[in-house]
Amino acid sequence: MRGDFIVRKRVNSLLFCTLLLVAMLLAIVVTEYDAVKGFTSVPKAAEWAASNFYPDEKSMKKLPEIFDKLTETLLVSIAATSLAAVAALVFAILGSRTTGIGGPFSVASRWTATVFRNIDVAAWSMILLFSFGQNVLTGYLALFFGSFGFLTRAFTETIDEMSMGSVEALRAAGAGYVSVVIHSVIPSCLPQLLSWILFTIETNIRQATLIGILTGTGIGFLFNLYYKSLNYASASLVVLAIVIAIMIIESVSNYVRRVIM
Amino acid sequence: MTTLLELKHVSKQYGSDTKALSDISFAVKEGEFVSIIGPSGAGKSTLLRCMNRMIEASSGAIIFDNADITAFRKRELKKLRTSIGMIFQHYNLVNRLSVIENVLHGRLGYKSMLAGVLGIYTEEEKKKAHAILGVLGLQEQIYKRCDQLSGGQKQRVGIARALVQNPKMLLCDEPIASLDPNASKVIMDHLAHICSTMGITVVVNLHQVDVALSYSNRIIGVNKGTIVYDGTPAGLTKDRLRGIYGAEYDELEGSGGRNAG
Ligand SMILES: Nc1ncnc2c1ncn2[C@@H]1O[C@H](COP(=O)(O)OP(=O)(O)O)[C@@H](O)[C@H]1O
Ligand SMILES: [Mg+2]
Repeated sequence: MRGDFIVRKRVNSLLFCTLLLVAMLLAIVVTEYDAVKGFTSVPKAAEWAASNFYPDEKSMKKLPEIFDKLTETLLVSIAATSLAAVAALVFAILGSRTTGIGGPFSVASRWTATVFRNIDVAAWSMILLFSFGQNVLTGYLALFFGSFGFLTRAFTETIDEMSMGSVEALRAAGAGYVSVVIHSVIPSCLPQLLSWILFTIETNIRQATLIGILTGTGIGFLFNLYYKSLNYASASLVVLAIVIAIMIIESVSNYVRRVIM
Repeated sequence: MTTLLELKHVSKQYGSDTKALSDISFAVKEGEFVSIIGPSGAGKSTLLRCMNRMIEASSGAIIFDNADITAFRKRELKKLRTSIGMIFQHYNLVNRLSVIENVLHGRLGYKSMLAGVLGIYTEEEKKKAHAILGVLGLQEQIYKRCDQLSGGQKQRVGIARALVQNPKMLLCDEPIASLDPNASKVIMDHLAHICSTMGITVVVNLHQVDVALSYSNRIIGVNKGTIVYDGTPAGLTKDRLRGIYGAEYDELEGSGGRNAG
């Protein structure tokens, strides 16, 4: 019986690997992708990057401009995340199994969050491009919608997992619904909630770069501009600036996490 | 002495097949110290929570302070709960908040929505909270976070939170089940003291028969959702204990002592 079980598992794994291999071969054939050429071109690409893609003296003059756009992107990400966090908290509390008000509103709240979550930020920016055109608002809204969906789910799970003892105690003392949420649910979940918010800000700064290319704003726009005008030195400086900014943000948020836990 | 609480033919059904309480009737006089004992699953927690309507009884009437509380609407229910303090096995504090904040939570039931949400407490309320913490021997811990306290200290914070409500009655659901014998004695002594000096009626669910015998004026034995004993500690003979705990009682005897915890 037990031997059977192990054998079955092995057969399943083998089957899965074979399937994966077949899918890969099929994809290569269909897309006419030359695997050998794909891999041999890696050193060539590296060689090109080494000889072109690095900041030079002239590109340093662009630094103030780059810094300006980077700040804009950072602020847009933080602003979008903050507002999304507030909206997500409301939806999470109303939709959660433990603090939810139940009934049609909870269901509606959960459905809204699911819809927003399942549309990617890039998809949001393309949708919003139609209505708002190429400007900062499009990027801001795309980040907002994406973060809202993600944070609602993360917050709902955090609240669901929280021990509800203090909620029971406050209700037993006669406290109203909003008081219970403010004095019990939020203080108990605060470290986890903040941790999710920081995580979303980090993610959004990365996303904002891509969205910037799509919507023609922020640091992404600048990269696109330099790259298309063959100013590879400045483009590489943009990439470097983004990497450094993300590293700084990450260490700041790690520090904040340590302090609030 | 006047009757403070009366249950008339109270039954509680969970779902379609779990009958947690069936036809419970008894009355509690003002200032009484009543222990409810019985094996786990007997319905003690359910019974206690019916008294402040944290759980809705399926049928029967509950009279508290000369009013039929089963008919109470939202506003009256809130008022009722301010006059009944509740103490829990797992203390049910907001662990990340300070002792004084947790104690003041006991006042939230008296607040308007705005004052409650903002957590605005009067000087008088703060003074009262300090005084109660002093009586319970927690003056050194007032500004400590609750997650830094021992179990016995946490339970004293729970008692302070209930007392700051100015209750007529305390409902205690296994208040010493998670405590060591020394801390248990401190908590039970405080409860007895509250009952005798402040005239607050105490109803306490207990797992430990010996504790119930030495502290109560009266013992109610519950088994499978019905009352099988209601009388003085002195009248609780071995036979009657066997009636409450069933076969479990002989095991307890076999392992020595009358401690059912
Ligand atoms: N929320 C609930 N839903 C369904 N059944 C419950 C619920 N709470 C308690 N019960 C059942 O009701 C019975 C009494 O439970 P409880 O009042 O917790 O007993 P005790 O506190 O004496 O251990 C048990 O059989 C328990 O499984
Ligand atoms: Mg219980």
